[in-house]
Amino acid sequence: MSESKGLNILGSDAVDPLRRNFMRTAAAGAALAAMSGCNMDDFFRKHFKELSRTDLDAVLRKIEKRNLERFGKTTTVDATGARPGVEFGYGLDLSRCVGCRRCVYACVAENNQSREHPEIHWIRVLQMDKEHGVDLTHADMYYEPEHVPQPGKFYFPVQCQQCSDPPCVKTCPTGATWKEPDGIVVIDYDWCIGCRCCMSACPYGARHFNWAEPKLPADELNPDQHYLGNRPRPKGVVEKCTFCIQRTRKGRYPACVEICPVGARKFGNLLDPESEIRQVMDTKRVFIFKEELATHPHFYYFYAT
Amino acid sequence: MVGLRTWSAVGVLALTATWTAATQAQTSPTERLVQAKSPPFSEGIYPCKECHDGPGDKTRRTLAFHEDVQTMFDHDAEHRWCLDCHDNADRNVLHLSSGDPVPFTESYRLCGQCHGDKYRDWRAGVHGKRIGHWDGEKTYSLCVNCHNPHSPRFKGVVEIDVDGKQTTAPTLEKIRPEPRPRRPEEMRP
Amino acid sequence: MRGVFEFLKGCVRQIAHGDRAYWAWVSGLAFLIAVGVIAYTNQFRQGLIATNMRDQVSWAFYVGNFTFLVGVAAAAVLLVIPAYVYQWKPIKEVVLLGELLAISALAMCLLFITVDIGRPERMLHMVPFVGTPNWPASLLAWDALVLNVYLSLNVALVSYILFKAYRGEKTDNRILVPLVLLSIPVAISTHTVTAFLYNGMASRPFWNASILAPRFIASAFCSGPAVMLILFQILRRTVKLPIKDEAISKIAELMAYAMFLNLFLLGAEVFKEFYSATEHTQYTRYLWFGLGEHRALVPYAWASLFCSVTAFLLFLVPATRRNFATLNIGCVLIWAGCYIEKGMGLVIPGMTPDTLGEIYEYRPTINEWCIAAGIFSVGFLLFTFLVKIAVPIYYGTFRVIPVVPDPRSD
Repeated sequence: MSESKGLNILGSDAVDPLRRNFMRTAAAGAALAAMSGCNMDDFFRKHFKELSRTDLDAVLRKIEKRNLERFGKTTTVDATGARPGVEFGYGLDLSRCVGCRRCVYACVAENNQSREHPEIHWIRVLQMDKEHGVDLTHADMYYEPEHVPQPGKFYFPVQCQQCSDPPCVKTCPTGATWKEPDGIVVIDYDWCIGCRCCMSACPYGARHFNWAEPKLPADELNPDQHYLGNRPRPKGVVEKCTFCIQRTRKGRYPACVEICPVGARKFGNLLDPESEIRQVMDTKRVFIFKEELATHPHFYYFYAT
Repeated sequence: MVGLRTWSAVGVLALTATWTAATQAQTSPTERLVQAKSPPFSEGIYPCKECHDGPGDKTRRTLAFHEDVQTMFDHDAEHRWCLDCHDNADRNVLHLSSGDPVPFTESYRLCGQCHGDKYRDWRAGVHGKRIGHWDGEKTYSLCVNCHNPHSPRFKGVVEIDVDGKQTTAPTLEKIRPEPRPRRPEEMRP
Repeated sequence: MRGVFEFLKGCVRQIAHGDRAYWAWVSGLAFLIAVGVIAYTNQFRQGLIATNMRDQVSWAFYVGNFTFLVGVAAAAVLLVIPAYVYQWKPIKEVVLLGELLAISALAMCLLFITVDIGRPERMLHMVPFVGTPNWPASLLAWDALVLNVYLSLNVALVSYILFKAYRGEKTDNRILVPLVLLSIPVAISTHTVTAFLYNGMASRPFWNASILAPRFIASAFCSGPAVMLILFQILRRTVKLPIKDEAISKIAELMAYAMFLNLFLLGAEVFKEFYSATEHTQYTRYLWFGLGEHRALVPYAWASLFCSVTAFLLFLVPATRRNFATLNIGCVLIWAGCYIEKGMGLVIPGMTPDTLGEIYEYRPTINEWCIAAGIFSVGFLLFTFLVKIAVPIYYGTFRVIPVVPDPRSD
C-alpha cells in the first residue's frame, strides 16, 4: 500500500470542519446583515423609462415619504418631461466671470448636494492666466484671494456640458444615464450601480460620486424636487449638473444663472431665434471646451467683448 | 380696391408697430420683461432743484458739496466732468449729447449713447443679469444696478431691498470670493 | 447524472484532508479572508470613502488588480496553444491546470469589481432580461458578459473532464475539443474587451492609444504562465506530474518572446509620447519622471521596467532559462513587473493629472489593502482546493474505483 504523495493524509492537525463552517456562516451572515441596510422593495423595480404612469407616481410618492421621514419636511417630487420644441443651450461669458463662486454655492443649495465628506460641487471654477489662455496645466481650482478678479487672471467655470454625443451615456453599463430630448443628460439615481465608468469617460470632470452617505442639513433642503434632478441621492451613486431640471422644465432659469452677479451666464431655448442664447450664438465669439473630442456640448463659452 | 385712406392707416399702424418694437427689447412671443428697481439716490440728494434752481457756472472745478463723488469719479475723468451728463438748466434730469433731457429713470439711454455695443447687448439680454423665466416673465437689471455711473468699472454688487423688491446696487469694493472647494485629501470619512 | 452527489462528497473529503503544510497554508488564507470580510463590511457601511479614491482618481487599486487578474485568467488558457502545437504528452494536465487557474483568477476579478462598485446589490441591472444592459455601446456590459461566459466555459470544461476522469470514463472529444478551442478566442476577447474599456475613453489620453489592446495581450501572455511554471515545479515534486524540463523551458522561452513584444510596444509608446511631445505627454511624464513635486509613481515605474527587462533576459538566455533558480526568480520578477504595470502603471497615470489638470496623488488605504489581501486569498484558496481535487483524480486516488498510478508511466 503506497501512500499517495502527501495528498491523502488524514490530517491529525485538521482544522475542525465544524469550526470552519461556523466561520463561513458568520461571515455570510455579517454580509447579509450589512446588505439589509439597502431598500429591498426597490430591488425588483423596472427602469425609469419602462415605468407606467401609476408605477411612476407610486415611486414619486415613496420618495416624498422618505424625504419626510429623513428630513421632517414636506417635499414635492415630480418627473416633468421634456417640452417639445425645446433644446436647452447655455452660454458662459468668459469676459465677465469674476470667479466669485456664487454659482457654485447657489447650485449646492438648489440641488441638495452633500455638504461635506464628501463635499460635492457640480460647478468648479478654474482660475487661469490671461497669458496662457485656456490652459489646464496652469489652472487652479483652489484660489482663495481676498478679492476677485485677480489681476492677470480670468475665470473658467466648468460643469456638465450636456453633450449631444455624451461619452458617459455610451459607456454606462446599465443605461442609468441617458440624454433627454431637451438635451439634458440625466441620471436615475435608483438605477446607477456606482461603477464610475461615466466618470472615467467624462472629459470635463463633470460627474461626481457620493463616496459616503450625503450629508444634507434638513433646514437647507430644497423641497421642490425632480426625480432626475435634485432629489436627495443615496450613497454610492453618481450625480451631476442637470441644468436645474426641476426649474428649467417649468420655464425658470437655473439657479446659477440667477445668482451670477455679473450676468455671465445665459440660458434659453436654442430653437427659439429670439432667445438670449441664440443672440449669443449669432453675434458673439463662441467656443466649445475640448472641441476636438466631438462631444457637441450644449454649453457654449463666449466672449461678449 | 384698397384706397389711399386704407393704405395710410396701414402705414401708420406699421410705423407705430415698428417704433414700439424698436424701443422695446427683443422678445419672443411668451416673454414679458419687467424692469428691476434702480438703487436709491444718496440720502437727501434728490430733488437736485432744491439747491440748483437755475443754470450754473459751466467751468470745470472742484465742488465742495459733491466732493465725495468727485474724489471717486473716474468715468473718463480726463475729458469729462459732471455737466457732461447732468443737465445744467434742470439738475433733476440728465442730458444726451444733443442736449435732449433724459430722466434718471431712463439713464440707460445716456449710457447707450457712448456704449452702443453694450447697450445693444443689454437690450438683447446678453449683457447684464436677468432673473426669472427663460420662457416667460424676466426681470432685467438697469445699468445702474451694477455700474456706479461715477465709477462705472464693475467692482462688486450688493443685494438691497427697494419697495419690498430685491434688487442690486453697485459697490466700490471688489467681490470677495466664496470659499474654495475641499481638496480630495481633505475629505476623510 | 449518477454519482454526482458522491463525487461532490468526495471533493469535500479531498479538501478536508491534508498535511501540516497544507493546513498552515489554508489557515493563513482563511485568516486573510476574514480580515478582508471585516474590511469590506466597514467599506460597505461607510461607503467608498473608506478608500482613498476621490472624484479626481475614481478608479484605482481595485480596478488595477482587476485588470491584472483578467490578464492572468486569459493567459492561463492560452497555454493550450503551445501545448497542442508542441504535442506535449501531459496536455490534458496543462489544459486543466490552466483552467483551474483561470477560474480562480476570474473569481478574484469578479470580487474586485464587486468591492469597487458603489451599489453592488444593483448588479442585476446589468443582466439581460432582468436589467437593462447598455448593448452594444457599453464596454463594461460586454466585459461582464464575456467574463461570465469565460467563467462558465471553464467551469463546464473542468467539471466535465474531472467528473469523467473520476468515473474512469473517457472524455468525448466531440464535446471537449470544440469547448477547448472556443475557450481560446473567448480568453483573448476577455482581455481585449477589458483593454477596449480603457482604450475607448477619449477623455483619458493616456489610455486612448491603439497600442493598449496589443500591450494587454502581450503582458498577459507573460504573467499568466509564470504561475503555471511555478505550479508545475511544485506538482512535479509532490505528485510526480510528468512534465519534462524541456517543456518548462519552452514555456519560458515563449514568455520571453511575449515580454519582448511587451517591451517593444512600451518602447513604441514612449517614443511617440516624448518625441511628438504634445500636452498629452504629461501623463507619461508624470509616470516616469513626475510633474513638479508630484513624484509618487516614479520609483514604481522604473522598478517595473527593471523587473520586466531582467525577467526577459533571464528567460531569453538558455543557460538562465534552464537553471530553475534563475527561472523562478524570473517568474517572480515577471509577475511583479506586470502587476505594477497594470495597476500603478496604467490606471493611476490615466487619471493623473485629471481632466481639469488637477493632480491628486493616490495611495491605497489600509482598508483597501485588507480587502485586496482577502480577495487574493480567496483566489489562492479556491485554486488550492481545485488542485487538491483535480490532481488526485488524475492520479487515480480519487476515483469511483481508486487506481494506484505507476510513477514510471507518462
